[in-house]
Amino acid sequence: MSTAAIQKETKWWSGGRSPFNASYGKVMMWYFLMSDAFTFGAFLISYGTIRFSQNFWADPNHVFNAFPLAGHMNLPLTFVSLMTFILIASSVTMVLAVHEGHNMNRKGVEKYMIMTIIGGIAFLSCQAWEWTHLITGDHAVLVNGQIEHWGTTVSHNPWGPEVMFNGSEVATPGPIAFGGYFFGITGFHGFHVFSGVVINIIMYIKTRMGHFDDRGHYEMIEKAGLYWHFVDLVWVFVFLCFYLI
Amino acid sequence: MSAHVSSPEITFHPEHSGSTKRIWRTFWVLSILTIFELALGIGIYTIHKGEHPSASMVLLLKGVVCILTLAKAYYIVSIFMHLGDEIRNMIMTIVVPLCLFIWFIIAFLWDGTSWLNLRNRYNGKPVQTEQHQPAATEKGAKD
Repeated sequence: MSTAAIQKETKWWSGGRSPFNASYGKVMMWYFLMSDAFTFGAFLISYGTIRFSQNFWADPNHVFNAFPLAGHMNLPLTFVSLMTFILIASSVTMVLAVHEGHNMNRKGVEKYMIMTIIGGIAFLSCQAWEWTHLITGDHAVLVNGQIEHWGTTVSHNPWGPEVMFNGSEVATPGPIAFGGYFFGITGFHGFHVFSGVVINIIMYIKTRMGHFDDRGHYEMIEKAGLYWHFVDLVWVFVFLCFYLI
Repeated sequence: MSAHVSSPEITFHPEHSGSTKRIWRTFWVLSILTIFELALGIGIYTIHKGEHPSASMVLLLKGVVCILTLAKAYYIVSIFMHLGDEIRNMIMTIVVPLCLFIWFIIAFLWDGTSWLNLRNRYNGKPVQTEQHQPAATEKGAKD
């Protein structure tokens, strides 16, 4: 089949066929993802605006330097790289599930969907650990001439500029927006991961029940895959904005 | 293989190759780009820790990291989301609206810089204007 020839002679806009050569559901999934991209984009850009308007901002390598069971070791970027690789790996298993769907191989789709779901749950667990660590981890902060112990929350930022106090370096309160943006945006992303896991579980159950074999195609897996890859795509930018720069 | 027709709207199915070679190649590309980004991140960390942190060097490394991220986004959208296999109409209806981000990013980072300048110029001091109530400084000092 020479697709190029068809494409040249086809009148895409004269009705009776999709001008995008895609089913309604798939086009709408793409438009939803585009609008979601603008939602995330607006969040990240407003974070950028606030950060650009501040003289001081917390150094991510300083804030995110912990790893489970590693105690107080200074390991910048380590845990977040683990999370990134978990999400990339689950993206690969998702695209393999879509590939098996094209081949109408139900067993293959089931296998890769399970792996994708496990990847999503692993990512969410990592995020739960990181949030707990940030909120409960105490840091000495100099407030009004006295040392207080603060965790990182939406109302407290212990990662301000350091000053000398009683002969040792102590942090002062940092811009309050830090916690709000971090928990707000990673939380919104985590909510997307969670809904992605739920969608993937539903797709797995439908695959097992043979719904897609009855229908004759696995396009629903493709649509769920689009959503899942989008979640991975957003993480790439969250990773960039909060952890790398 | 593409014999099954999911919908009468679809004129033809893009051909999907039988092998998973392209998927795995993309996985390695994404992994290597990520490792490269992490290396640059560690580079920024060491510069920050050093005796005389060079602001322009940090800015350069951050710029490179941003470009690598855009490359990763291209691979995810084009190959994992199969947008590269769709017809031109489909690609354009997704990509063209995203161009709004170019204005969005420039305008709002510019706005942030402007706030920084205003804050540093009038920090705590009332703005010198003809009016009697210097209301504009309050907002800047608060957040």
